[in-house]
Amino acid sequence: MSITIARSLDLKGLSCPLPIIKTAKAMKELTPGQLIEVFATDPGSVPDFTAWAQATGNALVESSREGGVFHFVLKKKEI
Amino acid sequence: MAAQVLVLGGGVGGTMCANVIAKRSGGRAHVTVVDATGIHVFQPGFLYVAVGQERPSALHRSEASLLRHDVRLVVDRARKVDPAAKRVILASGRTLPYDELVIATGSRTVMGEVPGARSAHDFYTMAGAVQLFKALEAFDGGMIVIGVAGIPYKCPPAPVEFAFLLDDYLRARGIRNKTEVKLLSPLNRAFTIEATSKLVQPILAERGIELTSFFNVESVDAMAKTVTSLEGETVSYDLLVLVPPHRGQKVIEDSGLGDERGWITVDKNTLKHEKFPDIWAIGDATSIPISKSGSVAHYEASVVADEIVAAIRGEAAPTHVYDGKVMCFLETGQGQATTIRFDYTHPPVSPRPARIWHWGKAMFNKTYWHTVPQGRLP
Repeated sequence: MSITIARSLDLKGLSCPLPIIKTAKAMKELTPGQLIEVFATDPGSVPDFTAWAQATGNALVESSREGGVFHFVLKKKEI
Repeated sequence: MAAQVLVLGGGVGGTMCANVIAKRSGGRAHVTVVDATGIHVFQPGFLYVAVGQERPSALHRSEASLLRHDVRLVVDRARKVDPAAKRVILASGRTLPYDELVIATGSRTVMGEVPGARSAHDFYTMAGAVQLFKALEAFDGGMIVIGVAGIPYKCPPAPVEFAFLLDDYLRARGIRNKTEVKLLSPLNRAFTIEATSKLVQPILAERGIELTSFFNVESVDAMAKTVTSLEGETVSYDLLVLVPPHRGQKVIEDSGLGDERGWITVDKNTLKHEKFPDIWAIGDATSIPISKSGSVAHYEASVVADEIVAAIRGEAAPTHVYDGKVMCFLETGQGQATTIRFDYTHPPVSPRPARIWHWGKAMFNKTYWHTVPQGRLP
């Protein structure tokens, strides 16, 4: 099954907490259930995105790493 | 013939860089500083003005008094940099040519970018700090909320320091028991640096300062006295203190030298512009992923001065580059402080808060005028 990503954000090179803020802004424009993917290089982004998803109720559905780039897929929470 | 070295901005970085180039070049450089006001401001003092611990007049001196006699000061505003013609056009219409250009124009605060935020207090300008202290003097209890309205901002630990100094102030006034203090953090910790957050969070709890996680300010409703986050949370306040959004100076945007926020795009080690080899940038003005702080400008100024002196002398570029070094003090209130040190390869470390670091910071602030601008501190 392939998943449809509604929005993709390239946040490579940004340091925390900018990736979180840019993702939070982009997330506001999505409809509930839509997916957003994020590419980041900040080493702190793994714990930060995990904690942010937990705190806000949005789901972190994928977290991976290729070389120095982290890839996250988040799903906007249902209201 | 002596090389023309032009430095835009008479803050920590620009002043120190100009003095060190003039000193080390052995007469082979004509150094000119262009500064919009001709007044050098010690910005770390704003925090203390905001809580009544410092007089505004102690925080500025004439820029000319801090420059060596062989450095020329031009009081004017840079309007446009023309890298092709190697010249800078000033607001007065005057044009200054350069062989090597150092941009140290710092940042500006743009509270208006966040809807409703102009109604909030801040301590990021002298006027803001003076106003905030007035508001605190008139304050008689209630909810004080401290938040961050934009990233990046100058001096990452400042909101936490302000919370601690505010706690001291409210206790001294005898109104702490009728005041709640809430610190809204963009992350799930006191501020970006994890090691230091771990150290200060128990002290925040001890002082009764409530930490609200993942609260990235989106808008303020001045009538309802509420602040709302991107995450969808709303908090009420009686007095709101926000760290304003920052961006680079307009001259950078107008000259096409930076990114979409006006931060100058330079190499993070050599601090040389990624497109123009005779342009360097230091301090808050750059886009490099490091704290915007006076200590960064200080360390960078020395590196750039060496690179420029080598270029003027026709020598090979020095092997010593900027390694991302940052050193900050962080006041934890009640006469104590800690420090934060790190660089690109070493994670931050902070000692346990103690009186000695508070006195260290106070001593640095007092001796600043006779040491840093002149390049006397390594």
